[in-house]
Amino acid sequence: MTSINLILINWNYIVVILLMMAGLYIIISNQNFIKKLVGLSIFQSSVFIFYISLGKVSGGTAPILTGNDETLYSNPLPHVLILTAIVVGVATNALGLALVVRIQEAFHSIEENKLLALKKFSEQEDRQL
Amino acid sequence: MSDLQVILCISLVIPLVSALGVLVFAKYPNIRDICGPIGGIISFIAAVKIASSIIQGDIVYISLWQIAPGISFSFNVTPLGAIFGLVASGLWILASIYTVGYMRGSGEKNQTRFAFYYAVAIHAAMAIAYSGNLLMLFIYYEILTFSTYPLVTHSQTEAAKNAGRLYMGILVSTSLLLFLPAVLWVWTISGTLDFRQGGILPSDFPVIYVPFLLAMFAFGIGKAALMPIHRWLPAAMVAPTPVSALLHAVAVVKAGVFSILTVTVYIFGIDFLNASGGAIWLAWVAAFTILASSIIAISKNDLKARLAYSTISQLSYIVLGASLATAAAVEGAALHIVMHATAKITLFFCAGAIYVNAHVKNISDLDGLGPKLPWVFIAFFLASLSIIGIPPMGGSWSKFLLMAGAVDAAMPAMLLVLAVSSLLNVYYLLEPVLRAFFKSAKKDIHVEKHVLTIIPPVITAAISLVLFFAVDWIMPLTNLMVVQ
Amino acid sequence: MPVFDNIPALLVVLPLIASAIVSLLPSARVAWILTFVVTLLCLFMAFELVDIVSNTSSFSYAFGGWEPPWGIVFVVDGANVYLVLLVAFISVVSTFYAYTILAAEIAVEDLPKAYSVWLLAIASLFGLSMTGDAFNLFVFLEISALSSITLIALGAGQDRRALLAAYNYLIIGAIGATFYVIGVGYLYAATGTLNLTDIVDRLNELGTNQAAITGLAFMLAGIMVKAGVFPVHIWLPAAYSFAPSAVSSLLAAVATKVAIYYFARLLFGIFADITLLVEFFLLYILMPVSIIGIFFGTIAAIYQTDLKRLFALSSIAQIGYITLAFSLNSNSGISAGFIHIINHALIKGSIFMAIGIFAFCIGKRATMTSMQGVGRQMPITFAGFVVAGLALVGMPLTAGFISKLYLFKALFETNNGILVAIIAFSSVLSVLYLWKIFEVMWLKEPTKPLKIEKEPIMAYLPVWMMVAVIVVFGVYSNDIVMSGIGAANALIGAN
Repeated sequence: MTSINLILINWNYIVVILLMMAGLYIIISNQNFIKKLVGLSIFQSSVFIFYISLGKVSGGTAPILTGNDETLYSNPLPHVLILTAIVVGVATNALGLALVVRIQEAFHSIEENKLLALKKFSEQEDRQL
Repeated sequence: MSDLQVILCISLVIPLVSALGVLVFAKYPNIRDICGPIGGIISFIAAVKIASSIIQGDIVYISLWQIAPGISFSFNVTPLGAIFGLVASGLWILASIYTVGYMRGSGEKNQTRFAFYYAVAIHAAMAIAYSGNLLMLFIYYEILTFSTYPLVTHSQTEAAKNAGRLYMGILVSTSLLLFLPAVLWVWTISGTLDFRQGGILPSDFPVIYVPFLLAMFAFGIGKAALMPIHRWLPAAMVAPTPVSALLHAVAVVKAGVFSILTVTVYIFGIDFLNASGGAIWLAWVAAFTILASSIIAISKNDLKARLAYSTISQLSYIVLGASLATAAAVEGAALHIVMHATAKITLFFCAGAIYVNAHVKNISDLDGLGPKLPWVFIAFFLASLSIIGIPPMGGSWSKFLLMAGAVDAAMPAMLLVLAVSSLLNVYYLLEPVLRAFFKSAKKDIHVEKHVLTIIPPVITAAISLVLFFAVDWIMPLTNLMVVQ
Repeated sequence: MPVFDNIPALLVVLPLIASAIVSLLPSARVAWILTFVVTLLCLFMAFELVDIVSNTSSFSYAFGGWEPPWGIVFVVDGANVYLVLLVAFISVVSTFYAYTILAAEIAVEDLPKAYSVWLLAIASLFGLSMTGDAFNLFVFLEISALSSITLIALGAGQDRRALLAAYNYLIIGAIGATFYVIGVGYLYAATGTLNLTDIVDRLNELGTNQAAITGLAFMLAGIMVKAGVFPVHIWLPAAYSFAPSAVSSLLAAVATKVAIYYFARLLFGIFADITLLVEFFLLYILMPVSIIGIFFGTIAAIYQTDLKRLFALSSIAQIGYITLAFSLNSNSGISAGFIHIINHALIKGSIFMAIGIFAFCIGKRATMTSMQGVGRQMPITFAGFVVAGLALVGMPLTAGFISKLYLFKALFETNNGILVAIIAFSSVLSVLYLWKIFEVMWLKEPTKPLKIEKEPIMAYLPVWMMVAVIVVFGVYSNDIVMSGIGAANALIGAN
C-alpha cells in the first residue's frame, strides 16, 4: 500500500524518469540524426518538468504579491531557471538541426550507420595521402 | 665572480664555443678541425686548475638560479667530478686530433655535423662532471644521450638507424622510467638534490627501501651498461671509431658509472649504504656482468665488438666498487674511471687505426699485421696490460684498490671474480696482439699510414704507463671522496 | 578605480559585446583587429585581477548589486585567478595565430562571423572560470559548448567529417550539460540555494543528505563529459582533430581545463563536507579511471597516424594525469593538478598550433605519411614543436618537468610504489609516439618532392611565444608552483 501511495504522490517524478529514459533511449538507439535530436529534446524536457515540480509548493499559488501575509506561494526560482534552460535547449536544437542540414548537404545522408561507413572509407583515404 | 668561478665557466663553455667554431668555419676544414684540439687544451688546463683547487680544499661553485625549491641550476665540483672532468677534457684533446685523422683518412661525409655534435657531447660530459646536484646531472645526462644520437647514426644507413633506435630506446626509456623517478623520490624525501659528503638521505629513510632506490639508479642510469641493459653499447659500435673511442669508452659510459658512483658517495653516502646492506645485490649483479660480458667478448671476432663487451665488463668493476661501499673500493672505482678510460681509448684508437690504415675489422684477419703497424700494436699491447692490471701500468692500482675494498667489505667472493676476470682479459685482449706479431700473414694487406691516427694511441698508451708512477697526483682527489 | 572593481564582469561582457559588433563587420581584417584588441584588453584585466587577488586573497563581484546569496556572483580567489590569466593569455596568443591560419581554413566572407563565435567562446570560458553560481555555470557551459561546436563545424571547409564531430559533440555535450542541470536541481532541492559559497554552509548544516549526494553524482558526471575525462571523452578526439587548427589550439588548451577546474572545485570546495562519498569517489572511481585513461590515451596515440588526432588522444592521457593528481586527495596532489592544468594548456596549445602550421604549409592534413621530411624544411616551427614535445614527456628545463616533479612528489607521499611505477611507465610510453613523429618529420626523406610554402611569421611567432613561456616556467618555476599551491590552499586549506 505504501509503495503505491509513494508512486501516487510522486507521480510527476515518475513521469520525469520515464521521459528521461525515453529520451536517452532514443538518442542511443536511433540511427537518424533528426530523431536523435528529438530524443534530446524529450530528455531535456523531462528535466524542465523536474525543476517545475521542485518549485511547486502544494496549495501554493502563483508568486504574485497578494498583500496577504498568509498566502502560500510556489517557489518562483526554479521556474525562472527553467525559462533560461528552455532558451538554451532551443539554441542547442537549432544548432543541431543546422548541423544536420549541413551533414545532409555534405554526405547526402543523415543515417549514422551509413555515415560511419563513409567515415571509415575516408580514413583509409587519409592513410594513403 | 671569483677566479675559480671564471675557470669553471671556461671549462664548461669552451666545448660549446668550440662547437660554434666548427659551425662558423664549416667552409674551412683546416680551421674547423683545429677548433677541437684547441678547445680540448683550454678545457684541460681549466680542469687541472679546478682539480688542484679542490685538492687545496677550495670550493668551486656557481649557482645561477633556482629551478624549484631545493633544486638550483648550479655547478659544484666534487672531488669525484674533478677527476671525471680531467679525464673527459684531457682525452678530448687527443681524441679530437685522432678524429681529424680518422675522418679524413676514411673520407667520411658530413664532417662538420660530426665535429659539432662531438663538441656538444663533450660539453655535456663536462657539465655532468661538474654538476652541482642530481637534477643537473640528469639534465646533462639526457643532453649527452641526445647529442650522441647523430654521431651513432652518422653513416645514415638502415643499420645505423636501427642501432640508433636501440641506443635511444634503451637510454631514454631507462632514464625516464627509473632514473628520473628516483631523482624525484630523493627530492621528495630529502627536500634537496645537492651533492653532499656523506649523503643527503634523511636518517629515518627506511632501510628496506634502499635496495629499491639503488636499483632505480643502477638500472635507470643505462649508460653504466649493467646487464641486462647493456645492449645499446655493442649496438652503438656502428658509429665511426672516434665516437666509440671517446664516447663509448670515455664520455658516455664513464658518465654512467660516474653517475652511479656519485649517487652512492654523495646521495646515499657510503657509510649509510654499507650499514644498510642494501647494495650487496648490486655487487652480485656487477660480478655477473663482469664475467658474462668477458665470456661474450671472447666469442666476438669483430675487434670493436670485442672491445665493446670488454668495456661493459670493465664498467661493472666501477659499479662493483660503488656497491661494495667501502673507502678503498670507492677510491678504486674512481681511479678505475681514469685508468680504464686511458687504456680503453687507446684500444679503440688502435682498432680505428687498424681499420683506416689496413681496412681490417676482424681479429682473425690481423695475422701478421704487427710488423706493418708496429706502433699501433705496441700501444694496443700496453693498454691491454693496463686493463688486465699488470704493473707497471696504471690499471694495476685501481684493481688493487678494488680488491682491497672487497676484503674490507668482507666479500672474498668478489676477489675471485676479479681474478677470473683478469684471466679472461688476458685471453681476449692479448689474442689480437699475439696474432699480429706471431702469426704469419695469410694474405698481403695493403697498409697506408695516416700519422694522425697513429700518434694519439701511442700517447695515450704512454699516459697509461705514466699513470702508474703518477698515481699520487690523483690519489689526493680520491682520498677527499672518502674523508668525513 | 571604478573600472578595476568591475573587472570580473568586464572580462565576460567585453568579449560578449565585441562578439555582436564583430559579426556585423564587413571586413575580415577589421574583425580580427577588434577581436585581438579585445583579447589584449582581457589579458591586461586578467593581470590586474591577479594583482588584486594577491593582495586580498579573494574578490567577489555581485551582479546588479544583488548581494549573494540572492544574486549571481563572480568569485575570484587563489583557485581560479591563474586560470583566468591562462584563458586570457591563450586567447591572445591563439587569436594572433588565427590571423593567418584560421583565414586560410575558412572562407573570407565567413571570417567575421567566425571571430564573433570565437569571442563568444572566450567570453564563456571567462564566465565558467569565475562564476560562483551553480546554475549560471550551466548557462556558460552551454554557451561554451554551442560556440565550440560552431567553431568545430567550421572545419568542414577542410574536411567534411568536422560536421559529424561537431554533431557528436553537440549530442554528448548536451547530455552532459543536462546531467549537470539535474544535479543542480537535486542540490537546490536539498539546500534551497544556488550560490556555491552558500551551498557549502547549508550542506555543512545538513550533514549527509541523499538529495545532495545524488546531485553531486549527476553534477560530477556532467562536468566529466565536458572535461573529457576517460571514459566519457568520446567526443574529444574527433572534435579536436577536425576543428580548424586555431580552434583546436584554443579548445585543447583551455576549454577542457576550465571544466577540470570546476570539477576540482566541486569535489574539494563544495562537497568537501560529504567526506565519505568524496573519498570513495576519488579512490575507487577517479583514480582507476584516470590510470586507465592515461594508458588508453597514450597507447591509442602510439598507433595513431593522424597528428591532430594523435595529440587529441594524448590530451586524454594528460587529463588523466590531472585527475589522478586530484584523486590523491592531498594538498600536494591538488597543487600538482593545478600546475599541470596550466602547463598542459601551454604545451598542447603550442603543439596544435605547430601542427596547424605544418598542415598549412604543405596544404594537406598532417599525417605520418604527409609529414615525412617536413621538419627539415620548416626548422623554426619544428624546433618549437620539439621543445613542446619534450615538455610533454616532462624533460627538465621545460614546464612539463615541473608538473612531473610535483605529481611524483604527491605520488611518493602516498607511499604507493605500484602507483609510482605505473605512472613512470606511462610517461615512457608517451616518448614512443613523440619519437615516431620526430623520426618521420626529421629523419625520413619525403617520398615525393615537397611543395612547401614559407613558414608565416605571424603563425610561428605565437608558437614561440608559448614555447618561451614553457621554457621560462621550466627554468624558473616559482610563479607556477605558487599558483598551484595557492589553488590547493584556496580549495582545501594548507596542511
